[in-house]
Amino acid sequence: MLPLDHVIGLSAILFTIGVLGVATRRNLIAILMSIELMLNASNLAFVGFNRIWSQAEGAPAVDGQIFVLIVIAVAAAEVAVGLGILLSMFRNRDSMNVEEVNLLKW
Amino acid sequence: MTVETILFYLFGILAVVSALGMVLNTRNMVASAMSLVVTMISLGAIYLLLEAYLVSALQIMVYGGAIVVVFLFVVMLLNLSTDELPPGKLRFAKIAFVIAGVAILSQVLIALGQDPLLTAQPEAVPEGFGGYRQLGIALYTDYVLLVEMTSLLLLAAIVGALILAKRKID
Repeated sequence: MLPLDHVIGLSAILFTIGVLGVATRRNLIAILMSIELMLNASNLAFVGFNRIWSQAEGAPAVDGQIFVLIVIAVAAAEVAVGLGILLSMFRNRDSMNVEEVNLLKW
Repeated sequence: MTVETILFYLFGILAVVSALGMVLNTRNMVASAMSLVVTMISLGAIYLLLEAYLVSALQIMVYGGAIVVVFLFVVMLLNLSTDELPPGKLRFAKIAFVIAGVAILSQVLIALGQDPLLTAQPEAVPEGFGGYRQLGIALYTDYVLLVEMTSLLLLAAIVGALILAKRKID
């Protein structure tokens, strides 16, 4: 049996690495990949908690894994739109640096 | 220590190292995306150890297969293999971010080790846990509204991506 506090700890570590990636990188693709990493960390926490509460009244309960499937679908949608934004940004600015895209900045 | 525990630590360390490699590698975007693949596949193996079989397969197929390939496609299409800021430009705010992240993380890890629920040995899973049958039944009975909403979201994403990536809107 796996130590589940370590599973949740691994999820926290991966999420922190993702947050640091979003905070420190300036390349839009790197930021999108860090967001994917954060989504994956939350998925790991969902699967780990689902492993603890694996049954409800004797029947298997897989609600956490359903959430993971939905998160995967949302992540795919997010990547499609994010890379679309990236392509149009590259076409207009010839750069991937998010600090050069400041038209909406107050 | 059982074999499962050893495998968990192996894949956990692999996931953390490759995630760090992805975030810290500012030189080469292709290598960064490849590190992301390694993280995804390690997580897929950990799902397998947690007895989430269908999720593990989908993790490797959708994340390792599809999503990262889309990233690589864009990186190579736009010829972005070199990258970014002049190196060594880590400003004060970023250092503060790193310190805050490490502090919060250590708090979380200390708190986790003291939770009696998490440190207890999990019981054995019931028959059929994590297989396609259980997930399919749950997905198309209790969560059918969620499936419909996800399909709407995907449709919106397809239309949005097409409009964004089109050269100009007539």
